[in-house]
Amino acid sequence: MNNKEESNFGRTTKVIGCYIVLILITIICLFWFYLLFVNASRSNSELSSGGFTMLFSTHALDNWNNLVHGTLPILYGLRNSVFVAACTAILSVYFSTMTAYAIHAYDFKLKKYVYAFILAVMMIPTQVTVLGFLQLIDKMKMDDSFIPLIVPSIAAPITFFYMKQYMDSTLSISLVEAARIDGAGEFRIFNTIVFPLMKPAIAVQIIFTFVTSWNNYFVPALVLHTDKKKTLPILIAQLRSADWLKFDMGQVYMMIAFSIAPVIIVYLILSRFIVGGVSLGGVKE
Amino acid sequence: MKKQSKVVQYNKWGYIFLLPFMIVYIVFQLIPLISTIYNSFFENYRVGLQQIGPNFIGIQNYVQLFSTPDIWQYLANTMIMWIMGFIPQILVSLLLGAWFTNPSLRLKGQQFFKTVIYLPNLIMASAFAMLFFTLFSNEGPINSMLVGAGFFAENYKWLSHTLSARSLVALMNFLMWFGNTTILLMSGMLGIDPSLYEAAEVDGASSTQIFYKITLPLLRPILIYVMITSLIGGLQMFDVPQILTNGTGDPARTTMTLIMYLNKHLYSKNFGLGGALSVFLFVVTAILSILVFRINNATEKKN
Repeated sequence: MNNKEESNFGRTTKVIGCYIVLILITIICLFWFYLLFVNASRSNSELSSGGFTMLFSTHALDNWNNLVHGTLPILYGLRNSVFVAACTAILSVYFSTMTAYAIHAYDFKLKKYVYAFILAVMMIPTQVTVLGFLQLIDKMKMDDSFIPLIVPSIAAPITFFYMKQYMDSTLSISLVEAARIDGAGEFRIFNTIVFPLMKPAIAVQIIFTFVTSWNNYFVPALVLHTDKKKTLPILIAQLRSADWLKFDMGQVYMMIAFSIAPVIIVYLILSRFIVGGVSLGGVKE
Repeated sequence: MKKQSKVVQYNKWGYIFLLPFMIVYIVFQLIPLISTIYNSFFENYRVGLQQIGPNFIGIQNYVQLFSTPDIWQYLANTMIMWIMGFIPQILVSLLLGAWFTNPSLRLKGQQFFKTVIYLPNLIMASAFAMLFFTLFSNEGPINSMLVGAGFFAENYKWLSHTLSARSLVALMNFLMWFGNTTILLMSGMLGIDPSLYEAAEVDGASSTQIFYKITLPLLRPILIYVMITSLIGGLQMFDVPQILTNGTGDPARTTMTLIMYLNKHLYSKNFGLGGALSVFLFVVTAILSILVFRINNATEKKN
């Protein structure tokens, strides 16, 4: 009896300790973003004289207006980022599912080698081929265009791998065979039966590929040169390399908030889904 | 007989469905990779408006690359900042994973905590770095908070000291990746046969003993996998230090990473040295990838 009480007491203190650490970690994770949104609501004079505060101010709208009418083409940046990320997400997920289906549903001579090849190249980062990539798109006259940012996503080994794993656990070949008996063509079977069945995995990967492309800085910064074609991460970098002391700090914070807020909002709505998706896939660099 | 020919006929669709991936991969990845390697054997750069090369110079680019101290310094910087972020990352992830999967603790609000710790992973790294740059600037809010609270007598120049600049990069990397690692480790921990824990408890093992004698050894493959993939990611470190230091790698180039160095060659159009550096990075990542591939195969066979 006594012993049990003791262990209960031990458990309670342990649980309290866990919660204290978890709350501290939560604060460490969210503090920066909270401060960002606070500072995005403060005017430049408040920021330069007031220093640190945890309280929201009233100048968010002013900062927003100044930012939109300022020198950075951020509305173009938003449009470009949305366009590139959406196209990348759609192409990448559709063609990765198709590639996964080719390996999953058919039996052909080179299948084993193709599968091994895709797995082998999965970890090769784009950075190591970017030099040749830039020369190539220069020759193809695709410099300063969105095409080299979008089309290569058709070959996305990581998305492919996720789709393949999901297919292995859910898609049975008998379904495909039944559709064949009904006289459906292979391409139609893929589009009307297989693809819709993959919805949960597609949703997860649409989100991940969209966010990855939205956040992508290295390659777009090397490809896009015209101001009106630049995506948001490039504009952020431009803000950094400008003589930033001349800047209205309220606008700087507003610009940062503006680039990450869409992702935060989508994440908060779909978080259950996304966090589940990470553990489901296992592999996500 | 007829049925078999039909199966063969179906199977040609495997190739058709593979075509888009293969064509795009060959054009946008394989050909660039080969031409990057090809470039590394040529002298090809600009001095002002004058273009030098391309002239074939054999392995001269590699000799030049490895004989200057720059690359070793940048490799060391990259590794140091990776380790500074990775050690707290793996420790915190192990701790949180063990707590979340421990049935006797029955922690509530797990979904909330998981949502919070994964959030920084989805944040645009360049915006996050810009945010840290403004928050930790000399007159910024962090300094005014620390001075106000009496920790510092005057504003601390975070980005002018090697240790603090590297620590900021490591802190951001830690924040961005520990949630992801926690979730990966948790799925590994949940995969451990619960009867092992029960048997250990019956034998009177404490939870610390259970963690060190059962959880940790069984997690080894996943831990190694996490470490190597994180190392591959660490070698690609770019956005955070690039934006934080505006590409200078200051102070005194102690936060300059390998990819930042590559980026410099790409901007100045020094394709020879840039090519050699790319090939070096390719070889290192390839070796690490083979290790990951082997580990995955080994665990698959076990299952």
